[in-house]
Amino acid sequence: MSVLEVRNVWKSFGDNTVLKGVDLTLNEHDVVVLIGASGSGKSTLLRTINLIERIDDGQLILSGDDISEPSVNADKVRSRIGVVFQQFNLFPHMRVIDNVTLAARKVHGENAASARERAVTLLEKFGLGEKVHDYPDRLSGGQQQRVAIVRAILTNPELLLLDEITSALDPMLVGEVLDLVKGLKDSGSTILMATHEMNFAREVADRVVFMHGGRIVEAGSPEQIFDAPVREETREFLARVGRH
Amino acid sequence: MSDGAPLVHEPSTLELDRRAYRQRATWRSVLIAAASTIIFATVATLLVVNTPGWAAVKESFFNWEIGRESFPDILKGLWLNIRALFFAGIGVAIFGTILAVLRSLRGPVFFPLRMLATIYVDLFRGVPVLIVLYLVGFGIPALGIFPPLSAAVWGTIAIGLCYSAYVAEVLRAGMEAVSTSQRVAARSLGLSHGQTLRMVVMPQGVRKVIPALMNDFVSMQKDVGLISVLGAVDAIRAAQIDAALTYNFTPYVVAALLFIAISLPLTRLTDYVAARMNSREQIGGVV
Repeated sequence: MSVLEVRNVWKSFGDNTVLKGVDLTLNEHDVVVLIGASGSGKSTLLRTINLIERIDDGQLILSGDDISEPSVNADKVRSRIGVVFQQFNLFPHMRVIDNVTLAARKVHGENAASARERAVTLLEKFGLGEKVHDYPDRLSGGQQQRVAIVRAILTNPELLLLDEITSALDPMLVGEVLDLVKGLKDSGSTILMATHEMNFAREVADRVVFMHGGRIVEAGSPEQIFDAPVREETREFLARVGRH
Repeated sequence: MSDGAPLVHEPSTLELDRRAYRQRATWRSVLIAAASTIIFATVATLLVVNTPGWAAVKESFFNWEIGRESFPDILKGLWLNIRALFFAGIGVAIFGTILAVLRSLRGPVFFPLRMLATIYVDLFRGVPVLIVLYLVGFGIPALGIFPPLSAAVWGTIAIGLCYSAYVAEVLRAGMEAVSTSQRVAARSLGLSHGQTLRMVVMPQGVRKVIPALMNDFVSMQKDVGLISVLGAVDAIRAAQIDAALTYNFTPYVVAALLFIAISLPLTRLTDYVAARMNSREQIGGVV
């Protein structure tokens, strides 16, 4: 059974149709990278999957459950999906450890001690062992984003959505965050991510999906998309973002 | 660098000169401030003391004997004000928060609640506190459905009702200042709407408006004195009684000094908190 199935999903904001019949399937352990210009619908697609935006038509299936059903409990669905944002969005009034364990404690009902223990293990693994009791504003952007990733994966979500997680970072700090994502891939996470880092996409993606004007124009292996794009739009986009 | 010795930077002569200059400037500012304060105070005192009616005013407002005699009564009355403030404060914190949350509910289902809260806030911010005191203090007991309660209790409730409306608006402003992305992040973790409000929006929103809330509390601190109009023997009422007995206004001055004394620590604290929050938001700037 696939982890995520996006079936003919449509979404408009007023007159602006942002998703025009998107189909996409992620199997377990898949890492799928969405590329495309700003406004092509990548972020909106991620937001609809997390039920932050309601779709206008189509279906979203998470591990066999139709999560686009109106009767579905959105909080339950969101608790099964991990999300990392471009702007980190850590809670500024909570220490790193409380940010990271919030969902485990309050949503999944895990007791605080065991959540903390797991969180500290993960934070140490990702080089954040000294930051456990700091507030987010004392951390660099790269550190904040790594904390945000730990926050998203601590509850072992079925699916991880990463929305341009390095776009707000200093070029010096991008590497440390991407290394972490590679680690997640190696440990078997199922990941759908939007990014502008083409080299990284080539390196980690099982499948690269190029979006343009709200549609998936071309999808395939990194080699296929980057070295032998078939569609004119893909070639144009790749030429514009430069060689990779 | 290569020898690994700890880097100790000796300030240049240029920087030392600048520091000395700033030091001198600081001293000069302190001296100017002290001198102008002394001159101003002297002039003001001389002006007041040399008014034709000063002798009479001094006798009826600043009579040491009467002040000392009325002090215990007024202090006892002040204890009632402090208790009223305590309970009104708790009530305002709870009711103000509820109102703020109701006002910020979205969705058509909540329209009646939202509208009720809005009407409440509009009404109680618009009606003078004194009128609310009369209406609550004399009107509600007259309904005859409540057990008899003292004037002080009704007065405290009336003050609490008024200030809840103000505090609700301050809190709502704070909640709205918390960015949407914080809500989205919280909901993405699976937190419910209520949990998001309680654990993410409220704590951040309250922090943003702490100076404004403390200002309202200071304001309430003196307005609890208004419960005297319902006959509760608080500091003001005690002063009034003593004033009537002695034909002298000194007890009012004593009461005023006591009100200032209880509000002073908090007003200073408010300034300190506000200044600290400002300086934290202006890291890297001197303007």
